[in-house]
Amino acid sequence: MLANANRLTPYLFLAPAVAILVVALLYPVGYMVWASFLDWNPSQRIGEAEFVGLRNYVNLLGDEAFLESLGVTLRFAAIVVTVEMVLGVGLALLLDRQLKGMSILRTVFILPMMIAPIVVGLMWRYMYHPTVGILNRTLKSMGLDPVPWLSDGGWAFTSVVIADIWQWTPFIFILALAALQSLPRSAMEAARIDGATGWQLILYIKLPLMLPVLIVTALLRLIDAFKVLEVILVMTNGGPGLSTEILALRISRTASEFRELGYAAAMSNLLLILLMVLTLAMFFYGKVMDARAARIRAEAEEDA
Amino acid sequence: MAARDTNAPNPAFYALLVALVVMSAGPIVLMLATSFKLNVDIMSSTAGLFFMPTIQNYETALCDMLWYEVEHIRRCDPTFGRALVNSLIVATVSTALTLIIGCMAAYALVRFRFMGRDTVSMTTLMMRMVPPAVLLVPVFGIWTFQYGIDGTRMGLILIYTAMNLPFVVWILQSFIVQVPIQLEEAARMDGANPFQTFFLVVLPLIKPGLAAAAIFTFRVAWNEFLLGNALADRNSRTVPVTIVNSLTEYDIDWGVIMATGMLLAVPPIIFTFVASRQIITGMTAGAVKG
Repeated sequence: MLANANRLTPYLFLAPAVAILVVALLYPVGYMVWASFLDWNPSQRIGEAEFVGLRNYVNLLGDEAFLESLGVTLRFAAIVVTVEMVLGVGLALLLDRQLKGMSILRTVFILPMMIAPIVVGLMWRYMYHPTVGILNRTLKSMGLDPVPWLSDGGWAFTSVVIADIWQWTPFIFILALAALQSLPRSAMEAARIDGATGWQLILYIKLPLMLPVLIVTALLRLIDAFKVLEVILVMTNGGPGLSTEILALRISRTASEFRELGYAAAMSNLLLILLMVLTLAMFFYGKVMDARAARIRAEAEEDA
Repeated sequence: MAARDTNAPNPAFYALLVALVVMSAGPIVLMLATSFKLNVDIMSSTAGLFFMPTIQNYETALCDMLWYEVEHIRRCDPTFGRALVNSLIVATVSTALTLIIGCMAAYALVRFRFMGRDTVSMTTLMMRMVPPAVLLVPVFGIWTFQYGIDGTRMGLILIYTAMNLPFVVWILQSFIVQVPIQLEEAARMDGANPFQTFFLVVLPLIKPGLAAAAIFTFRVAWNEFLLGNALADRNSRTVPVTIVNSLTEYDIDWGVIMATGMLLAVPPIIFTFVASRQIITGMTAGAVKG
């Protein structure tokens, strides 16, 4: 486009970024794929590690602790994404009106996402504390029995889910609200003139129009839900037992506590493949929607 | 929307609004309050809003950085002060690096159009997907045995820069597209070379985008724990790592921990209040168009 631009200029502008990505991201990922075929512990150089083929992967399939933590991860992701979507979109639909103080809510709502996950974990661990925590104190002052928030397997899982919902519902809310406010006015007014009630408006006009954004939002959240680690690490460290040990945590413990780098790499690979499928699904969904929108537009123009 | 809002909204909506604000900010306020409490106040069963605020916890955490002697501690533990300095250096340098490099790359991709936008958005998505836990093993291995930069701030800066780059390129791209090409052509007519055009014409115009990108980058580098934990040694530990290390199973010194947690949370909180508009723009741009 700039005819007189030096042919090399774009490459010069790109070079540093490409160099860093190759050295610090692509190479490590490739390295990890290779490492997953090795029996490797942290005191060895990678060249000294023994090549074991697919043994790590085969072991994974028979490893009950791994399968358990895979189950925990899937359950965690499914529950938090569903609850957060329902809450976030519901709140957005409810609060999509001119209210004073909306900007305060939006600002405060970003806070849980901005502060360190470590700190989020700390806050919740403190609130869940059996004696000094505010939750059990409140229960006690109401004359109820204290709840073993983090010390009982079932409760610990619930507690972790609650903390995640607190932290990430605002994300969905903000995106859903942005989507709502960019909907075409005309469609809504037409529906209202035709006598649609509030519920019909939401069900047949707003939600379908928001759907593309909502699906992308849900997928982004799903991807992030598989990455949650620090909050759970601080709150329960995966316990009690394996009740809250999500995959990311299992990988980090396999690498640092059990010192089996190859095995951890194999786990990482599986997690990565899982996420890759989700990401590709999202990307192609975006493509399909774009194509459909273009086709509809083209047809509309033909009709006109 | 507009048609319905001609009559004043139901007070119930305001009640909901207030409830949401309280629920969202409550835990943070609780942490803030606890960080100003003595352990006696934290443990006492009558605890509540009535206590004598004290800055002792902050003094304990920052003891080696204060200009006066702190009386209530016997031995000053410099771990946290050192970590704070490390965190500041690592986060600032990696943010600056990411922005400069990311800006140039985004500009090249938009203006010289030799790679499809699809490729970039695809890569961005792919990179967003890689969890730090997955990078743990390879980064530990490579940094230790091949690059020899484990245990240094350099090592942390490199990995944080790489982790943030795709997202920054993506965000900045959407801002650079909006800069009118005529401006650049005018600069070129006046004899500016591509580098001058970029630094003197384009950069000043995309400041809001830079602000959003800077906040997101700083946040990741400032908050990250897992890789910091694997790579850093005693002298290069960052704040999140020291906080996790000081957590024990029983007998946690809640006052001090909350003070350190608060110190870690302060920069992001400030950013949020100063630039919530840019943050929301960045968030929606990153997600909706992602």
